[in-house]
Amino acid sequence: MGKSATTRDVHALFHSLRSAYAATANHLKIIDLYIFFAIATALIQVAYMAIVGSFPFNSFLSGVLSCVGTAVLAVSLRIQVNKDNKEFKDLPPERAFADFVLCNLVLHLVIMNFLG
Amino acid sequence: MAQYLGFLVLVVLVLAAGCESAVFSPVLESHRSAALELFSPADGSYGSLEETYEALKTFKVLGIEKKHYITTSSCASVAQTLKSTSSVSKDYFHALRINSILNCDLNIEAFRGTESVLKGSLNGANSLIDFYFSIGGLVLLKEQTPEVDVHLVDADKIFRSIKALGQSDGRWRLNSNNPESSNNAAGLALEALAGVISLATPQIDNSLITTMKNDVLKLFDGIERYDDGTYYFDEKHVGALGHQSPLSASASVVRGITAVAATTSEYLNLPGDKILGLAKFFLGVGIPGSAQDLYHQIDALSCLENIRGSTPLILSLPATVISVTKKDQLKVRVSTVLGSPAPTLSVRLMQIFVSGTKDASVIDQKLKFDAVNGMHVLETLPKNIDVGSYVFSFEIIFDNPEHKKTYVTGGRTRVLVDITGVIKIDNAEIVILDGDHGSIETQKKLKLPGGNDVALSANHLQKLRLSFDLATPSGNAFKPHQAFLKLRHESGVDHIFLVGNSGKKFEIILDFLGLVEKFFYLSGRYNIQLTVGDSDMENSFLQPLGYVELDLPDAPEKAARPPPQPVDPYSRYGPKPEIAHIFRAPEKRPAKELSLVFLGLVLVPFFGFLAGLVQLRANLKNFPKATAPSTFAILFHLGIAAVLALYALFWLKLDLFTTLKALGLLGVFLMFVGHKTLSHLASTSSKLKSS
Repeated sequence: MGKSATTRDVHALFHSLRSAYAATANHLKIIDLYIFFAIATALIQVAYMAIVGSFPFNSFLSGVLSCVGTAVLAVSLRIQVNKDNKEFKDLPPERAFADFVLCNLVLHLVIMNFLG
Repeated sequence: MAQYLGFLVLVVLVLAAGCESAVFSPVLESHRSAALELFSPADGSYGSLEETYEALKTFKVLGIEKKHYITTSSCASVAQTLKSTSSVSKDYFHALRINSILNCDLNIEAFRGTESVLKGSLNGANSLIDFYFSIGGLVLLKEQTPEVDVHLVDADKIFRSIKALGQSDGRWRLNSNNPESSNNAAGLALEALAGVISLATPQIDNSLITTMKNDVLKLFDGIERYDDGTYYFDEKHVGALGHQSPLSASASVVRGITAVAATTSEYLNLPGDKILGLAKFFLGVGIPGSAQDLYHQIDALSCLENIRGSTPLILSLPATVISVTKKDQLKVRVSTVLGSPAPTLSVRLMQIFVSGTKDASVIDQKLKFDAVNGMHVLETLPKNIDVGSYVFSFEIIFDNPEHKKTYVTGGRTRVLVDITGVIKIDNAEIVILDGDHGSIETQKKLKLPGGNDVALSANHLQKLRLSFDLATPSGNAFKPHQAFLKLRHESGVDHIFLVGNSGKKFEIILDFLGLVEKFFYLSGRYNIQLTVGDSDMENSFLQPLGYVELDLPDAPEKAARPPPQPVDPYSRYGPKPEIAHIFRAPEKRPAKELSLVFLGLVLVPFFGFLAGLVQLRANLKNFPKATAPSTFAILFHLGIAAVLALYALFWLKLDLFTTLKALGLLGVFLMFVGHKTLSHLASTSSKLKSS
């Protein structure tokens, strides 16, 4: 009896989350998707390293950190672009996107140098 | 090392036999060739008159033919000097001396002028050299031109003034101002005094002549002596005549003594041994290195050859090494210092001393005179003389007893003679003995001296014995200076043993049990080498005999290490040993297939992203439509693509600096177009909001 209650609660929770999420704006969903797949790439690289060992370590780090770094930058873009966020009300979204592009380019320069 | 030891022993023996057993030989052919070499004229003449005279006198004494052009050029310079008014007594003296050798064809007028100058110089003379040159010139003038009147009236006064410069120790001062006296000056003074006596008319006072003879004898008190019996005069101080060597000082004294001996009517009582010692000194110089030294030597010897009353006779041996095996005969020659034959005499061998010991045997054997060669020959060696080093003592006995008064022989003459011979080596064998019983295990006969190649083996409990007999040609026992046995290990360590003897038999026994520690416990092959040698042994040898394989026990902990062998000094320039570098093992790389699989896996999220985008119905509706904004937008995307392509190139082959340079350019471009695009988008969206 308890078990079914908890499972029903979990189902209800998921359902509400999904419906709430569906309400978010489309461009935010695109950014979320981007973040999700960047992290997924990072995880695949970690799994590869776990299998074959960490030589060469610098390549592994640069690969993982590029994925994580770009995900972090996308998170900050999402925060800045979200209309519901009172803090960044005055910041035009184009400006945030320009920052995102610039920071990504710098990140990838460093990553390419460290890749070896 | 062993050879040096033997040589050192020999040298010590020679020195011990030492006193007065050196051999002096009269003037030889090598003196003539040296004279020709040293007195080589530069440009047809010998330089000054003095040098010309020295060369000509030397050639005359040695009997060397003078070249014609030398004679003519010398005569020409003589004539010129005698005619010249600027010549001093010294020049006249040298010119007249040359003339006495060459007998140039000269005008009598020249001589008259000379005579007056010399007489004038004599009257005004106050130094010894002035007296010497003027009196010497006058004496020569008297010999060469009997017509010219050369006589000294006040000879006594001149004699006394020369004597005044003399000193009590027999030496002379050069002038009254200079207190330094020298033997060289004494020689000059004696020549001058002898000249005065010969020129004096009337005859000079006899008492003065006696004082001069005493001066000569006093001079001999200052003579010095070497150990081998030679006497010489030396100068202690550098005088006005420059540094004088013993050769020039002794030569000067000899000339003076000879001149004095020639003027006196009866013989001077000169000490015979000292005259002989002086002769030996001049002969002992050998061949001098400079022309002037050669002149002094030859001139002094020519004076000694003809000295009245004490002519030295030299006993010499052309060969002092006599071989018994070749049946050599001992030959002795007696001659004057210049090599002229002596009067009839006989040589007797009186005693023979064994070199290095006090043994002596009295022989008193007369040598047979060989008139053809002018040699005295000892036909057979005395019976008890065998191979070895000896000192032979000879005595000269004149046939005519009168000759004893005019010749000097020096009593007994001792000469070091080496008798050599071929030593017989018999019964040579090398044996390995068993330690306990002394029984023979291996025995090999050896052929000595000759090639031998024995191969023996022994262990540390056994002994090695080497034995042989040595005998002289006459069958007596012989003890050589060196009898060594050397064992050399293959690593280079060697050990030397002395082979002892009892009578003829030489034997050495190596007991390996006692020698194990000395050999540093080194087992292996030892090469055997035997050395038997002596200066009087004609067949000395150093022979490898073969090898012995020694089996020694292992070295204990505290045993001495063998000494390190000298490294070949050139080996450091050879190739060094190879260095094997140890590289870090390369990391294990994963299998290629696995890597490719994961490459695919990594790209999956990208395609998943695109699929998600499609599902979210993402579109490009907001892309600007108008031309200007659309070109900027397109350029913006192209710029980003270019930067990513630049990164890809940077990873593949570019370096950071080129990348940064390109990135700078692209970045500026990108900034510009991006600003344009985004500001356009911003303005359109704000327009939408406001409307």
